Amino acid sequence: METKPLTGRFREDGRAVSLKEYHAAGGYDGLMMALSMHPDNVQKRVQDARLRGRGGAGFPTGLKWSFVPRTPGDKYFIVNADEMEPGTFKDRELMERDPHQVIEGAAIGAYAIGAHTAYIFIRGEYRYAEKCLQQALDEAYLQGILGKRVMGRDYALDIHLHLSGGRYICGEETALLNALEGKRPIPRAKPPFPQVAGLFGQPTVVNNLETVCNLPHIMRLGPEWYLSLSRCEDGGTKLYGVSGPVNRPGLWELQLGTTAREILEIQAGGMRPGHELRAFQPGGASTDFLLPEHLDVPLDFDSVMAVGSRLGTGCLIVLDRQTCPVKMVLNLETFFARESCGWCTPCRDGLPYTETVLRDLVAGRGCHEDLELLQEMIQWMAPGNTFCALAPGAMAPLQSALRYFREDFERYAGKGDG
Amino acid sequence: MSTSSLTPDEITAIRKALDTYLWPEAAAVDALYIVQQRHGWVDDAKLEAVAGVLGLSPAYLDSLATFYPLLHRKPVGRKVIRYCDSVSCWLMGSDRLAASLRERLGIGEGETTSDGAYTLLPHPCLGACHQAPVAMVADRLLTGLDPADPDTLLEEGDGN
Repeated sequence: METKPLTGRFREDGRAVSLKEYHAAGGYDGLMMALSMHPDNVQKRVQDARLRGRGGAGFPTGLKWSFVPRTPGDKYFIVNADEMEPGTFKDRELMERDPHQVIEGAAIGAYAIGAHTAYIFIRGEYRYAEKCLQQALDEAYLQGILGKRVMGRDYALDIHLHLSGGRYICGEETALLNALEGKRPIPRAKPPFPQVAGLFGQPTVVNNLETVCNLPHIMRLGPEWYLSLSRCEDGGTKLYGVSGPVNRPGLWELQLGTTAREILEIQAGGMRPGHELRAFQPGGASTDFLLPEHLDVPLDFDSVMAVGSRLGTGCLIVLDRQTCPVKMVLNLETFFARESCGWCTPCRDGLPYTETVLRDLVAGRGCHEDLELLQEMIQWMAPGNTFCALAPGAMAPLQSALRYFREDFERYAGKGDG
Repeated sequence: MSTSSLTPDEITAIRKALDTYLWPEAAAVDALYIVQQRHGWVDDAKLEAVAGVLGLSPAYLDSLATFYPLLHRKPVGRKVIRYCDSVSCWLMGSDRLAASLRERLGIGEGETTSDGAYTLLPHPCLGACHQAPVAMVADRLLTGLDPADPDTLLEEGDGN
């Protein structure tokens, strides 16, 4: 049985898998199978497979779908391909190298919730990915895979691509809806949840692109097989990436629950000569730092949560001993301050404030009180105090850095005191 | 409102984008991209013309245009260089790459050279972190850059 369903068809030369190649490898069999089932049974199959969202939050996909009302009326299915979490480079690969997998997954998701229109929301910088997807969409329409009668069945589906203007906040589910509607992309209050009142006021599901790419395989090979892929309670493989000073930075499809040690030491070939591991972020810029003592933690949703971080996007960022952790946190907070949408005060004012305090510390203009100020900022921007998860996410690396690299912060603080 | 600053092709393309959505606001970003594609940026006259085609107020359209860093409301150079300044590229020397670009061009971040050839912009993570540091020139991604070598970026697209 297949062990790398998402990346197994990738071509060596890096070019996109053609429709012919995709068909030959069982492509669109999953959609055909879904169309022969009642949408409720498609949902059940995905629930049984224990697929959790790969965008960062890890919400069970089948459960998310089940909140869509069964009443008639327009519904929308949206693929979130606004990959902008610093350190993350997985969805781009999936779009550029196997675009039909994205389309098949989107069609299955749309069918499962009774949507006849789907959008793939792509970040504006991913022009080549858009081109690959557009080409695949054109092929799919030409072959009758999409359109008025999907694969000859009594089900109509149109899939549109939307190229974003490029802001991190657009990846937030409800801000994405505003962006797609042509409103200023700020987050919306919940409830109502998008599954009840989403795009254009209609029931809508937004799923991360990697999540969607799992759907054809769950349909085709079943929940039991899918569960057997992983090392934990949740099903499937995961795209894990590593960036930073390692020997072979890259992206690999591995069993969900593979340890950080296996990924860093075996897949990424360990640290570069002369570099020593100090810490790593397990899933993008908004995840808490972990230490070498956490290397044997399985990188699955629950295990990473248990040691005080999040699986996030599964793309690891490596900090070595040569690099100053305070400066690294300054780089992270500069990003978050710039990307705050400005809608709620704690984030709009708190993030630039945090950035300024860090910048002063690094410049030798700080003092010990600044460390207390930073701690206060973490409280002001804790979950529940802001409109969405952007600012709490920004605080994650800061709070773990203050805990793990206290001496580095103290050293800077001492400079200003004198 | 006058639409004379748009070409017939642009108006056709914008009308086509409108068909993809339930209401005209939703086509705003597409429409601005269409105009920017041919002119490099969106000036006031074109913004007003696009607003006219979509049936929106220019102020509303501008509130969107100014939210998005990929849409330009000021003139830019013939080549827009966006170097990634997010964490993975920073770990691999993007600060030094930025410094060598600034020095070579004699401009700061967000500025355009006086001959109108280059605009230099810092940009959030470009999603190719395993090949850091990276940058985009126009729509093209360049990876595995040498932080000490600004010329690869400056010469991108010349004679090929």
